[in-house]
Amino acid sequence: MDSALIPEGAKRCPFPVFAAGIAIVGVVVLWGVYAMGLCWLKGLNQTNMNDYYGFALWIWADLAVIAIGGGAFFTGLLRYVFGIDELKNIINLTVVIGFICYSSALLILAIDIGQPLRGWFIFWHANVHSMLTEVAFCLSLYFSVLTIEFIPLILENRQVDKVPFFHNLGHNMHGVMAIFAATGAFLSCFHQGSLGGVAGVMYARPFAYREGLLVWPWTFFLFTWSAAAYGPCFTLTVLKMFEGITKKKLVKDNVVHLLAKISGWMIFTYIIAKIIDTIYWATVTAPSQGFKLMDFYSDNAFYGIWILILEIVICGIVPAIILTKKSFRENSRLLLIAVVLGTLGVCLNRWVMVLQIMAVPVMSFDTWALYFPSWQEIATTVLPVAYGIILIALAYRYLPVFPQEKELNAD
Amino acid sequence: MFPFSFEWAWDAGHLLFFGGMWYTVAILGAGLTFCLVKTIADTLAGKGSHH
Repeated sequence: MDSALIPEGAKRCPFPVFAAGIAIVGVVVLWGVYAMGLCWLKGLNQTNMNDYYGFALWIWADLAVIAIGGGAFFTGLLRYVFGIDELKNIINLTVVIGFICYSSALLILAIDIGQPLRGWFIFWHANVHSMLTEVAFCLSLYFSVLTIEFIPLILENRQVDKVPFFHNLGHNMHGVMAIFAATGAFLSCFHQGSLGGVAGVMYARPFAYREGLLVWPWTFFLFTWSAAAYGPCFTLTVLKMFEGITKKKLVKDNVVHLLAKISGWMIFTYIIAKIIDTIYWATVTAPSQGFKLMDFYSDNAFYGIWILILEIVICGIVPAIILTKKSFRENSRLLLIAVVLGTLGVCLNRWVMVLQIMAVPVMSFDTWALYFPSWQEIATTVLPVAYGIILIALAYRYLPVFPQEKELNAD
Repeated sequence: MFPFSFEWAWDAGHLLFFGGMWYTVAILGAGLTFCLVKTIADTLAGKGSHH
């Protein structure tokens, strides 16, 4: 039915099967859109946000998708600026993932601000003393970069490529992609950092507050570093999911192992910095504000010291060891465990830096403020995931996302 | 956002934020313009038509 649109030589499931899959995920999208409509029509009283939780589940999801989407800017930087040519075989996947993650982040923000029709205020009436203003600027501009990076892939569709204008446009955009990739890396470094900076400058929240360099708290640098380190883990997680679902090999092992190795060393250096930061915060910064480490991890039903151990040891040190040691990362099962743990690790870090901050009591007479999201918040958080599944499925079916697919599945 | 907006101030904050923003927009705009102009020229020259 749609065979004329499928990349030449590629095998895809029958169209009815594909359409049925899209329809099932589409129901989830509709559920999310309904919840989104409620939030826009009735207001943010549809959520369980309150005076304690001005940031809630959405903002965690926002920070998490931006972090795991960091594979796009980092892999783009490695491929186009540092000239690591092998990565050309996985760069398309990182661009699609990045596009999904950043469009999801903007969608979440459009819901979170409650009145998206006033979204342009942050540009027009910018508060130039706010890290979030920088985040808004860089997010929007980097999404533009990702769109520019995505266009050549769309133009490579079998039918679109037959049109001379589109063929030439795709070719010419590839020619100057290094400029766009470098711009994207610059933007990404700053907004990833500023998202960390937002937490780090909150001197009235001892759990989050960090000292730093000039106007930038250490969390600024840790967020950028962690996005670059763990982003490729999510890319590889998605790749492994694809290979599992399609029962095909899509990218050669040397490419996967190279990206895993780079990610591993980035995680290794990041986790050392994170441990130093945590020790300094626990022994100097927090005590200077009248808090002991265990004040942040006790007397409540959820946040125990387990969350710190899980983030740093299980989802940090373990993937770092697996991915930096050649024999470990070349074992497909260990590789999968490492990249999944890495992805979970960065999401957990964002959870802690968005939600645990809000929960920890600040005043001596205060109590822990645990929160559970409303169904509207859950639905609108699931919405980008469902949308992402649909978009990546369409991209895989109709675009040459994996240049090595044909060669690896010649039989 | 623009120097002619009533709330604009010629201070370091505005220069850094909006300088960075317009600089980036200029790079992206110039890159895309170059691609489009070159594509039109290539297409008129008959490139890509035998593809």
